[in-house]
Amino acid sequence: MNDTLAGWLQILLLVLALALTFRPLGDHIARVLTGTRHTKTERLVYRAAGVHGDIDQTWPVYLRGVLAFSLVSTLFLYGFLRVQNLLPLSLGRGAVTPDLSFNTAASFVTNTNWQSYAGESTMGHLVQMAGLAVQNFVSAAVGISVLAALLRGFTRQSTGRVGNFWVDLTRIVVRLLLPLSFVFAIVLVASGVIQNFHGFHDVTTLAGGHQSIPGGPVASQEAIKELGTNGGGFYNANSAHPFENPTALTNLIEIYLLLVIAVCLPRTFGVLVGDRRQGYAVIAVMALLWAASVALVTANELHSVSSTAGHAAGGMAEGKEQRFGIWSSALFAVSTTLTSCGAVNSAHDSYTPGGGGMTIFNMMLGEIAPGGTGSGLYGILILAVVAVFVAGLMVGRTPEYLGKKLRGREMKFASLYLLTTPLTVLVGAGLTMAFPGPRAAMLNTGPHGFSEVLYAFASAANNNGSAFAGLSADTVWYNTALGLVMLIGRFLPMVFVLALAGSLAGQQPVPVTAGTLPTHRPQFVGLLTGVILIVVGLTYFPALALGPLAEGLH
Amino acid sequence: MPTTTVPPPDPAAGAPPGLGPHRVPAGLLDPKQLLGSFPGALRKLDPRTMVRSPVMFVVEVGAVLTTLSALRTPGVFAWVITGWLWLTVVFANLAEAVAEGRGKAQAETLRRTKTLTMARRLTGWRPGAAEPVEEEVPGLDLRPGDHVLVEAGQTIPGDGDVVEGVASVDESAITGESAPVIRESGGDRSAVTGGTKVLSDRIVVKITSKPGETFIDRMIALVEGAARQKTPNEIALNILLASLTVIFLAAVVTLQPFAVFAGAEQPLVVLVALVVALIPTTIGALLSAIGIAGMDRLVQRNVLAMSGRAVEAAGDVNTLLLDKTGTITLGNRQAAEFLPARGVDAEELADAAQLSSIADETPEGRSIVVLAKQRHALRARGEGELAHAAFVAFTAQSRMSGVDLSDPGAGRSLRKGAATAVMRWVRDSGGHPTEDVGQLVDGISASGGTPLVVGEVTGADGIRTARVLGVIHLKDIVKEGMRERFAELRRMGIRTVMITGDNPLTARAIAQEAGVDDFLAEATPEDKMSLIRQEQAGGKLVAMTGDGTNDAPALAQADVGVAMNTGTSAAKEAGNMVDLDSNPTKLIEIVAIGKQLLITRGALTTFSIANDVAKYFAIIPAMFAGVYPGLDRLNIMRLHSPSSAITSAIIFNALIIVALIPLALRGVRYTPSSAAALLSRNIWLYGLGGLILPFLGIKLIDLIVQFLPGLR
Repeated sequence: MNDTLAGWLQILLLVLALALTFRPLGDHIARVLTGTRHTKTERLVYRAAGVHGDIDQTWPVYLRGVLAFSLVSTLFLYGFLRVQNLLPLSLGRGAVTPDLSFNTAASFVTNTNWQSYAGESTMGHLVQMAGLAVQNFVSAAVGISVLAALLRGFTRQSTGRVGNFWVDLTRIVVRLLLPLSFVFAIVLVASGVIQNFHGFHDVTTLAGGHQSIPGGPVASQEAIKELGTNGGGFYNANSAHPFENPTALTNLIEIYLLLVIAVCLPRTFGVLVGDRRQGYAVIAVMALLWAASVALVTANELHSVSSTAGHAAGGMAEGKEQRFGIWSSALFAVSTTLTSCGAVNSAHDSYTPGGGGMTIFNMMLGEIAPGGTGSGLYGILILAVVAVFVAGLMVGRTPEYLGKKLRGREMKFASLYLLTTPLTVLVGAGLTMAFPGPRAAMLNTGPHGFSEVLYAFASAANNNGSAFAGLSADTVWYNTALGLVMLIGRFLPMVFVLALAGSLAGQQPVPVTAGTLPTHRPQFVGLLTGVILIVVGLTYFPALALGPLAEGLH
Repeated sequence: MPTTTVPPPDPAAGAPPGLGPHRVPAGLLDPKQLLGSFPGALRKLDPRTMVRSPVMFVVEVGAVLTTLSALRTPGVFAWVITGWLWLTVVFANLAEAVAEGRGKAQAETLRRTKTLTMARRLTGWRPGAAEPVEEEVPGLDLRPGDHVLVEAGQTIPGDGDVVEGVASVDESAITGESAPVIRESGGDRSAVTGGTKVLSDRIVVKITSKPGETFIDRMIALVEGAARQKTPNEIALNILLASLTVIFLAAVVTLQPFAVFAGAEQPLVVLVALVVALIPTTIGALLSAIGIAGMDRLVQRNVLAMSGRAVEAAGDVNTLLLDKTGTITLGNRQAAEFLPARGVDAEELADAAQLSSIADETPEGRSIVVLAKQRHALRARGEGELAHAAFVAFTAQSRMSGVDLSDPGAGRSLRKGAATAVMRWVRDSGGHPTEDVGQLVDGISASGGTPLVVGEVTGADGIRTARVLGVIHLKDIVKEGMRERFAELRRMGIRTVMITGDNPLTARAIAQEAGVDDFLAEATPEDKMSLIRQEQAGGKLVAMTGDGTNDAPALAQADVGVAMNTGTSAAKEAGNMVDLDSNPTKLIEIVAIGKQLLITRGALTTFSIANDVAKYFAIIPAMFAGVYPGLDRLNIMRLHSPSSAITSAIIFNALIIVALIPLALRGVRYTPSSAAALLSRNIWLYGLGGLILPFLGIKLIDLIVQFLPGLR
């Protein structure tokens, strides 16, 4: 089979698998979010945590839950990393430095999983399992919980209540993430991913060198790493490492896993708002952006190669695993940068300017196609609110989305959401470029060096977590700045989403008439796609011009 | 049946305006008007005024910065950019000043009627009191509850209700209508407005408004825009625009460190130019003008909206409550057919019907005479032609009218009126109405018409024969074009409900004929109120018109309540709009104006944002092609030089504001259609247009400015 056919087949297979999961998983999540009964396990959790499962919270209470839980998680993880040397199963690793501990704690709690460290040489097994992996589950669940509150904002009427954070969090972990992770961990083990508690093995490489590689509980972590769009690798090489991602099949499974929840959430959305077509419209926008990005990156990596070596290899092969080749690497790169997952199976730094620039642009879109678990859908719904507002005016009515009017209050929260991430990216990158110290961390000079910094801040602010590579980010400046950027990029938008949810839930719905802007038709799909591209394009065009565009245009 | 007594309300003036696109005309933009508004535009440069529009405030700050920069390091480029930035701000203010200017002219006219009037205050006036004490006080000293006497030739000193007397009043000062109107105590025509003139007779008016808060004062404030507050939708849009401004500001401010790293540090003038080009100045500049012009379009239609909020709500209306009489149907019913009873000749019935209607001056009575003439060539006889004729007028008790002819030898009495009343009269006179009459009556009622039965009693005293001759079919005439109008509203997603005092049978027939979606029959004010509440409970916005005092609660409850100027002051107080023409059909146009206002805002916002794409393609290569020559490939317009490119983008940005002032004032074209169709049209026109037009415009300007020395 040649590369092209294999490439097309895997894309087809991936889309087919996602399409088959769309309904059952989307419906399942809808049931999880709306059910009134608590299981025995869940009741046990509530009793242990001292929360009441039947209280319906107002948005500020819900928000307090989100923030308090995340704060405690951050502090706990920070402490855990600082005292690693005292813990069992540390494999002899020392305590993690304060700035790296802060960065890592912020990173895993915000579902970013930016790693300023190399996993195998910094973290012991206990920290990986009880610290990082736990956050892989709960940070994903927090994202879906906030989404659940927003969806309730659309479906409920004349109430200030948006659900119970503790119930949402617990249910999503217990009924969604744990079972799926369990099943797929076994699938991954069966496909060759390791799962053990071994220490270091000395191996002789093909070239005759020596390497010391630890074993570890990799498969169990790998499943939730993708499923929860976390992306933090057990090994520094992440999904390019043969122990994490040994074959083309596991590669495809991992891509499927990192997409699947975010892809199925629009179905949940459609079911909950009582009009499945609304969900189809949203998934259509996501699919359109994803497909366009896959096409562009793949084409760039295959064809816009300028080096002689590249021509000989039939594409940009540098920085890509020979096991996967260009097609699988491009598919992974696009999917991971469009989902806020951030796992990588190739070095994005080595992509062509067009392909690499596209991965930056993907993150700048705000992680919405399909985006992170929960955060992807709430992100695109906020953009839909903005699109509906402008389009709604053009049909001569106070704009309304899903029966809820978009007035000053709603637009305030939507606008603030829209503002936060770009501002964080630009100010973070701007400050970094303004000081000589941080500038020295770049591996390359010129536009490519700038792209490395831009990538880092786009990745952190959008909670993606992948790195362009090339940037030596384990410095006090980057650890602190990126840590703050991750926290701001995660929790400030959540504040606005929950405030919007509260505001929407308090409204009485407006009946749909012929004068209502339809939001389920191709027309709206086109409109929303256009608004996303134009708003993001206009925001980042100058920065992109000095990075990938300057590098790529000759 | 009281059809012949109720004084018919004024029929709505004229036929409904034509179908098709309703572009509400607002007059052409006079170049003189632009010049005249210039001083006002300059006055608005005060930062305290500017800060109300965040987008334009940023431009002004930018202009100050470039001015300082140009002073320190002068150069042709710096001064040209500075000049055009100031012009951008001035153009934005000009748009607002022009919009306000139109209102000011109107306010001037109104103010002239408000010259100090003296009032003849009556102390201790009571209905029927003999001699109240009269004193002369300035109109401004009047308080609510005071009574004043106004006689022919005098100006009414304040708003109030007539409590004694009848007078014809010239209200042209506010309505522009020269024909005088009758104002009388009691009933729904008792309200008078300060500043209008009594032409005949004398009336006593009870003052209802405080000085300075009269109808005219409010009108002046409204048209001048003094009382203008930002409407909810305007606030929401401003928030979005402000946040876009912040994003672009951040994008440009953070660009400098990136540029320094690239070895292409940018001068302040260029950075400011980029900010101004990117932030949505077009809509930012025109936003308030659009709002003022929307109110102004209503004023030109002789509708006064008490707040911009009401105009916006009009665009959102889901349900229109329309009074049947005067709005859907012509003000009165007309005879459509004579249906003779068995054994009676049609001509005989027509003759009797005409005779009985000779003295009946109501429109219904007239229409019977006319129908008899048309159908049966019966000449209308004058009252004087009939000897020994005694005309019997309609009373609410007898519910019939007619004539008694006492020819020598054979007397003949004719009556026409409500079926039950005439049948009883015939029976009482010894007749036996045949069964078919009942069927005819029921048939007419079922079809939505009003049956008038004609009865006859002949013979001298003693031997009398009484019989029913037949039935006249009175029909409501649905105004021309209403069906199409309602179909149009349906396409816009607006439901129409007809309100009528008729019985359900009649109401249904008329509702079907007119094509309204629903009807409320035998409606009382309470029914109206509960209908509004019920609609609102379902999240709908309701609009209605009304004039009577008993309409006031419903007018207040409705989201858009249009009070007729002929109505009572209670109704005018309760509604949030007043129609000076008292034309209930206008409600439909008010909805269109509300929609047009929102569409104009949306269209210009889309246009403004779409413009940015071309500006990037002009400015970014101009800034960085020096260090990264590859970026010159983005210069797809092939602009002459970096300075000419940036200058062209800024000039285009300023000129497009002036070019769009007429559109902002007039409103974009609005054709009633479904939301999806409207959106498609506007996206293609203003979205795609906004994308393409600046490419052409900037290129064109560049072709000219490249010859400016210093910009090469």
